[in-house]
Amino acid sequence: MQIPILRLGETYESADLVKLNENLTTHTANPGLIRRDLLRINESKAALDAIPAETLADYCEKAAELFINAELPCGDSMQGPDDYVESLSALTRLPHTLVKMNMSKIHAAMSQIRIVIGGLTRGMPLEIFDKGITSVGGLEVNYYPTTSSLGVSLPSNAPAVNSLWLPALVMKIPVLLKPGREDPFTPLRIAQAMIKAGFPKEAFGYYPTTHEGGDTLLTSCGAGISFGSDVTVRKYAPFKNIQVHGTGRSKILIGEDYIDRWEEFLDVLVTSISANGGRSCINTSAILVPSHCKEIAEALAAKLAEIKPLARDDSDALLCGFANTSLAEGIDGMIDDLLKEEGARDATADHRGGGRRVEAFDQTYLCPTLVACDDKDHQLANTEFMFPYASIVEMPQSEMLANIGETLVVSAFTENKDWIQDLMLSPDIERLNIGPFPTNRVQWEQPHEGNLFEFLYRRRAIQGDLSVAV
Amino acid sequence: MSSSLTVEEARAQVDSQTKELINWHFSPETGCPYWLDWAKNAGWDPREKVQTFADMLHFDNFDDEVLRKEDPAKFIPKAYEGRPYNVFETGGTTGMPKQRIGWEDYKTDYTEFSEHYGPDFFPQGANWLMVGPTGPRRLRMAIEHLANIRGGACYFIDLDPRWVKRLIGMGEMQMAKAYQEHVIDQAVTIIRHRDIKCMFTTPRLLESLSLRMSLADAGIRGVFAGGTTMTPQYVKFIQEEVLEGKINYAPTYGNTLMGLAISRKREPGEYSLTYYAPQPRAILRVVEPEDSSKVVDYGEYGRVELTTMTKEFFVPRFLERDEAIRRPECDEFPWDGVGDVRPFQSGTKAVIEGVY
Repeated sequence: MQIPILRLGETYESADLVKLNENLTTHTANPGLIRRDLLRINESKAALDAIPAETLADYCEKAAELFINAELPCGDSMQGPDDYVESLSALTRLPHTLVKMNMSKIHAAMSQIRIVIGGLTRGMPLEIFDKGITSVGGLEVNYYPTTSSLGVSLPSNAPAVNSLWLPALVMKIPVLLKPGREDPFTPLRIAQAMIKAGFPKEAFGYYPTTHEGGDTLLTSCGAGISFGSDVTVRKYAPFKNIQVHGTGRSKILIGEDYIDRWEEFLDVLVTSISANGGRSCINTSAILVPSHCKEIAEALAAKLAEIKPLARDDSDALLCGFANTSLAEGIDGMIDDLLKEEGARDATADHRGGGRRVEAFDQTYLCPTLVACDDKDHQLANTEFMFPYASIVEMPQSEMLANIGETLVVSAFTENKDWIQDLMLSPDIERLNIGPFPTNRVQWEQPHEGNLFEFLYRRRAIQGDLSVAV
Repeated sequence: MSSSLTVEEARAQVDSQTKELINWHFSPETGCPYWLDWAKNAGWDPREKVQTFADMLHFDNFDDEVLRKEDPAKFIPKAYEGRPYNVFETGGTTGMPKQRIGWEDYKTDYTEFSEHYGPDFFPQGANWLMVGPTGPRRLRMAIEHLANIRGGACYFIDLDPRWVKRLIGMGEMQMAKAYQEHVIDQAVTIIRHRDIKCMFTTPRLLESLSLRMSLADAGIRGVFAGGTTMTPQYVKFIQEEVLEGKINYAPTYGNTLMGLAISRKREPGEYSLTYYAPQPRAILRVVEPEDSSKVVDYGEYGRVELTTMTKEFFVPRFLERDEAIRRPECDEFPWDGVGDVRPFQSGTKAVIEGVY
């Protein structure tokens, strides 16, 4: 299979090819190609502007069904849902179960696009994207797009993050997508589903490209979204128009009022750590408890150790293999090195019956790992890895908020009103779950990380005789 | 200039040049202090051991730090004593740049380059514009010489790559972008207000310029470019979109130590570049990264090794910071070529490439 570039809807064959496996070759876009295509982006914007946003939302709902059920163009071939699952699994080493779960998340984001956008705009009617003006609680509000293009540099390890950019099309902002090297399929399949459902093809750019190409895409589009580590965050920090989804360091905080009931929530803790193979930024990477640390650590470690490597197509598979074996070796070695420092122990080691790194089913796995930290400042106490990993640390509830640092998701297991109020006002938390919910819980009416609408649109003060405008 | 020699004749020419130039550089009557001192310390006399180019393996790989540390005057051959010379620099983003001295070599190289391309490729008598690193660089003099011998004048827009690399190193991407815009603004102004038909620039600057104006409509007929990696796709893009399929394009590979290697003619739809060193003055080999005494097989990637042998300058077996595919001789050049050159991946120093 050959996957060429889509230059604002038009197929383009590059002279630079990357062979990903025996059956798959992607075409690499040189950065100049992206810059040149952006010269024509107003045509893409005009094509979206010509269609009412309500119609675009209808198309998106239709695209949801096509994405999950239809044979869709994938380069020079057609790809059905089962082909998609196996192809993506083969490249990323995500088990079929997790690919399907990610597919369902994307389907949900597309099929519930009105709820998603309503959550982002706080319930404004979609006509805001047609007219720029609407009435909210009797007040006329005017929003205008701050960009005519959204560039997105996507990861390979989390197909569901593609759900973050797709509302932009209903908001009438064309997208230029750089797929992750190991996942050329998901963004293309979404784009093809949307095109087949009625979106103008010129609203989509799809550019498998180099790191330099990724930089170009992000810095040349009027707005950009990237995914990565703290290094990525630092790299794009000077660019106010680039939003980086960095390390999540998501946490569960168990309050004093809930801690005696900890056994009831063990499954929630396991799910939070291990769902999606532990690869998401919304997976729990640290658990903070006011007491019972040792008992919880032992019980949780025993449960996590039950999660074993299984074949990619096993319907019970929960763990992902590593496409890059050396990455697994590096992570495993780093954890072992850090465990040599006092104040932390691998609570799962005794329950696993073997090493953390396992070769099985022709690939490399890292088995779930829970590190119990006596020292809250230990380097393993507040970090994140690309597999089911978490730390557990005991500290008084009153000190937790001061110690979490920047955290993507906090699930606070509590009903303590005073503490909830402190949590609500904390500047360190991006998404807050109140109650015993897993950190990977998604409610579509709530924004993920950042608000795409506020990123792409800005409110303008509007006064005067508005009856002429509406 | 393309060669009429056979492969065997070209090889004999290199052997002959080797013997002559080794004698020149290691004889007290003609050689320079640096190489004469080197021979004293080496404990062997290259004039005895090096009779053919294959014998150059007696030399270790040249350490280019020498060009930073030593006073360039130590490279003045005895035979050139008293003659004013040029000092050309490369590198120098931080610390001392590498320096090479010269007299006529750049003229020889660029006269030969000029003779390779006919009057239709770069119109005779046309004015040139160079947009790129000028300053203490051999290239600046060379391009002006090229324009002059083809009957034209040359305009210059400078871009300081040391500053661009420093900006990128500091994470000042927006400032780097603004600086590039500043350079392009100046180039656009010159092209609009002067009669320019030929250009030298880097591929990246060429592309930026084309985002601002149609170079074909502006009257540009021929472009000579070099300085950064050009993948096949990059070449395709430059030819089809930047130059709109209407402007002649001469991609080259060159540097201060070698001069320039011309790329062979390509068939329509062929975008992979192969460069041929200006033999016998410079010889490029593609060698195994772990054992530079061995060349890699044809079609394989290896590290680029340069030997320069002119009366003005001698550098044996310098390992470039590039790797390339070893390609066989072609109709125009009866010696090995280097294909699809790109930065040497396993080098210990990070390379900031394609910045201008």
